[in-house]
Amino acid sequence: MSLLIHLALTFALLSVLAVGGGTAVLPEMQIILAHQFDIDHTQFVHIYSIGQLAPGPNMLMVLAIGYQIAGLIGAGVVLLSFFLPSSVLCFYVGRIWNRFGESPWRRSIQNALEPISIGLMSSGVFAVAKASVVSGITLMLALVTLYLILRTKINPVLIILGSGGLGALLMAYLK
Amino acid sequence: MSQQLQSDSEMAKSPALRDLFIQFLIIGAVSFGGGIIAYERILLVEKRKWLNADEFMAYLAISQTMPGLNSVNMAVLSGDHLRGALGAIIATLGLIFPGGLFVLGIGVIYASAADHPSVNLILGGIAAAATGLLAAITYKIGDSHWRHVKSLGIIVCTFALMSILKLSLPYVILIMAPISIYLYRPGKQV
Repeated sequence: MSLLIHLALTFALLSVLAVGGGTAVLPEMQIILAHQFDIDHTQFVHIYSIGQLAPGPNMLMVLAIGYQIAGLIGAGVVLLSFFLPSSVLCFYVGRIWNRFGESPWRRSIQNALEPISIGLMSSGVFAVAKASVVSGITLMLALVTLYLILRTKINPVLIILGSGGLGALLMAYLK
Repeated sequence: MSQQLQSDSEMAKSPALRDLFIQFLIIGAVSFGGGIIAYERILLVEKRKWLNADEFMAYLAISQTMPGLNSVNMAVLSGDHLRGALGAIIATLGLIFPGGLFVLGIGVIYASAADHPSVNLILGGIAAAATGLLAAITYKIGDSHWRHVKSLGIIVCTFALMSILKLSLPYVILIMAPISIYLYRPGKQV
């Protein structure tokens, strides 16, 4: 029970700190999960990565983390605590907005939060890379993906699946 | 005739909850590989004309300013706009339901198969690609921020506090948000 409460509080805090989208909280989530919930960096990166194959909002992978920690109830607790607080906040702010209209401060706050969110996302890239780029082959796969996403219109899901297959072949035969 | 049009657009502004749920469910089910905001725009502004372009941009701005996932915030705001609190809940549930089931299925498989060596080889390649994807998304979202000294300074400081000094996220935001809001206060050039 205390595990579930701890899980709920952790993800509720991450929810309201997720400025500029869920990926901003990746590094913090990775650290907390490793220290307090026994999800090591490799497990975290695996779950994060397969979560990218799913349709819908990209942070739904937190459900799989909840499942890993406390089964189906864990997944339910994480779903509510990660999506409810920020959504409720947004709901009420949206209504206040309609009443007061546009303020110069809103633009300022958004401009101010954008670079912070990008900095946090960069930390997320760094955190995920430390656990996933562990060899010449994985470095190559990461760089090829980066190039393909930036330069072509291929669906990221296909690139990720291709990288999984190619990576497995290369690692199995070159070892 | 104009009265007819008027009532048509009134109808369009108040869709059935079931329709709202199904439309967001479709987005939640087909948006493989991201870009959900684009799907939402097509639904809300073009396909059903539930919002006009200005309303959509205003909601997008709020979605981006508030914490939480932009696509989920957009579902909350447009659902509320169309059908009140219940609409917000219905739209959000539709959006996250298919992906949630998908991820949960993956989670169940992962919990039982993660130790298998060939599964680990495949996951190694998938994780490397996901890292490349996240780097690409970060680069794209950063857009012009990478070229502005002020933005770049804030990006570097945030990264340093988080990844090098390893402060916890609440402190990073408590330190950086006031500084950044001061730098971008109204009347200041971006």
